[in-house]
Amino acid sequence: MHMADALLSPVVGGSMLAASVVVAAYSIKKTQNELDEKKIPLMGVIGAFVFAAQMINFAIPGTGSSGHIGGGMLLAILLGPYAGFLTMASILMIQALFFGDGGLLAYGSNVFNLGFFTCFVAYPLIYKWFTRKGISPKRIFWGTLISVVIGLQLGAFSLVLETLLSGKTELPFVTFLLLMQPIHLVIGIVEGLITAGVVAFVWRERPEILEKTSAGLPLGKVSMKKVLTGLSIAVVVIGGGLSWFASTDPDGLEWSVEKTGGTTELEASSSIHNVLADIQSKITFLPDYGFKTSESDNEVKATAQIEEVWPAVNTGTSVSGIVGGALTLVLAGLTGLIISLSKKRKEKATL
Amino acid sequence: MSNIKSSLYNLRVLDDLARKETSIHLVHPLTKLLTTVVFLTVVLSFGRYEIVGLLPFFFYPIVIITVAEIPLGPILKRVLLAMPFIIGIGIFNPVFDQQTMSAFGLIFSKGWVTFLSILIKSCVCVGASLLLIATTGMDSLAAALRMLKVPKIFVLQLLLTYRYIYVLIEEISHMMLAYSLRAPRQRGIHPRVWGSFVGQLILRTFDRAQRIYDSMALRNFNGEYHTGKIDKNCWKDMVYLFGWCLFFIIARTNNLPMLIGSFITKVVN
Repeated sequence: MHMADALLSPVVGGSMLAASVVVAAYSIKKTQNELDEKKIPLMGVIGAFVFAAQMINFAIPGTGSSGHIGGGMLLAILLGPYAGFLTMASILMIQALFFGDGGLLAYGSNVFNLGFFTCFVAYPLIYKWFTRKGISPKRIFWGTLISVVIGLQLGAFSLVLETLLSGKTELPFVTFLLLMQPIHLVIGIVEGLITAGVVAFVWRERPEILEKTSAGLPLGKVSMKKVLTGLSIAVVVIGGGLSWFASTDPDGLEWSVEKTGGTTELEASSSIHNVLADIQSKITFLPDYGFKTSESDNEVKATAQIEEVWPAVNTGTSVSGIVGGALTLVLAGLTGLIISLSKKRKEKATL
Repeated sequence: MSNIKSSLYNLRVLDDLARKETSIHLVHPLTKLLTTVVFLTVVLSFGRYEIVGLLPFFFYPIVIITVAEIPLGPILKRVLLAMPFIIGIGIFNPVFDQQTMSAFGLIFSKGWVTFLSILIKSCVCVGASLLLIATTGMDSLAAALRMLKVPKIFVLQLLLTYRYIYVLIEEISHMMLAYSLRAPRQRGIHPRVWGSFVGQLILRTFDRAQRIYDSMALRNFNGEYHTGKIDKNCWKDMVYLFGWCLFFIIARTNNLPMLIGSFITKVVN
């Protein structure tokens, strides 16, 4: 399931993007070092294959419904974790751009949830463990099935965490978890069975494809350590930096502050904060309308305070809001209409 | 089947739209990419109770759609298609947040307010991403990514994937048609052939990749994918970027609809 822009706060989205960039950079380095240029067209075409394969309906016996595949684990098994991760990243980019599945700001989260956990956790720790003594149909079946299920469970768990840290939904942690994990268990089992069938078929018909991949890409302990170290540094630095500057948005940070510190108030005493507040007060025009101060207060302080402000909204402000909101939409529509009318007129004039 | 065909059609529609030559299409791809990222960041930085303040952000997609002469239908359809997940998660807000607030003499549930806020954000964000590709095209966007120093192996990979989606979707639609003609009244592919059906396609894909590599090598492929000449950023692009950013900042720091509303109500009173 794809994470969507609207459920993310910029801080969480930015941190996940940073984490994905680190993994991608590491994968690119490994891919360049270890593979010949032959693999580039292969990665591209396999990416297109996964895209196409996602459109196949697989009949699930006894249910009357059908399932689909995500493809992360299949890519890791066919191409190895590094090339697999990069291929998954490009598939997700195309899905975000052309189909609105996920979004540009949620791109990092999706790459991490669907690519990292399958290629860098489930593949090396589970699939490789099952096939450590060589490949056989039975090992392929159990290795693939379990690694797909675990990979998807981790991805779903990560999605829940990202959504909650972003603070856009009211779903309690446990409820959200109880909603997402079982659904993804079912999806994972179906996808695991399909992927296992596919991998077994490829191994039967063209064993050299799988043998090359598993022999060519050793995943040593050192490299995993490097990835994880880089990841944590990126998340801390980017996440910390972003949240510092994005303090106008209290959502994600506020949530974590509340959980860790037991207080919802953020002290706005830092110098950068004052500078930002100062700039904001300068560019905020029409200061004599009453809501200006409460607006900037809301941004500096916490969500909890916005909650307190809500019931206190007086009728006059509500009327202004509704009238203004409607007018803004009408204005936006009119702008579009005027532009298209003037364009048509120009076209007529040139004819 | 219809799903496969419509996906192919969807890709082609956006590709065709990107070939237009309106003033938005002529803006530098990197400028459009950066503007879109700033737009998304600003929209998503709003708190969860914000509705009215988000409305000015409809200006951006509306202006792009009209100036770039993008038909509303295909964009709107995709925006709606991306909705089920958002609705699925967002609908729990009214369930779990049943606190109420009164305004305008009516009682509103705060859960519905946050739900509506998520829906608005989703609409404008998905719309902005789709408009980026509909006014830029994959090749130009790839060139913009290269300018941002995204490694060429990733960009090349992305372009090849995109290029071959057409080929493989057509191939899979042939396979699905052949299968469905031999298995009438069956919903989807039977479990017994799950492995071999997809597996066959994988084998064909590997063979195709080999042929593609051979033909690329014969044409002197050296790891570089040439996207054609992209002009440098000019002052018009800078104006476009800074103009929009200024609007986004003003709309973020001022509640514009509220300002208009209070002005109108004061005048009326």
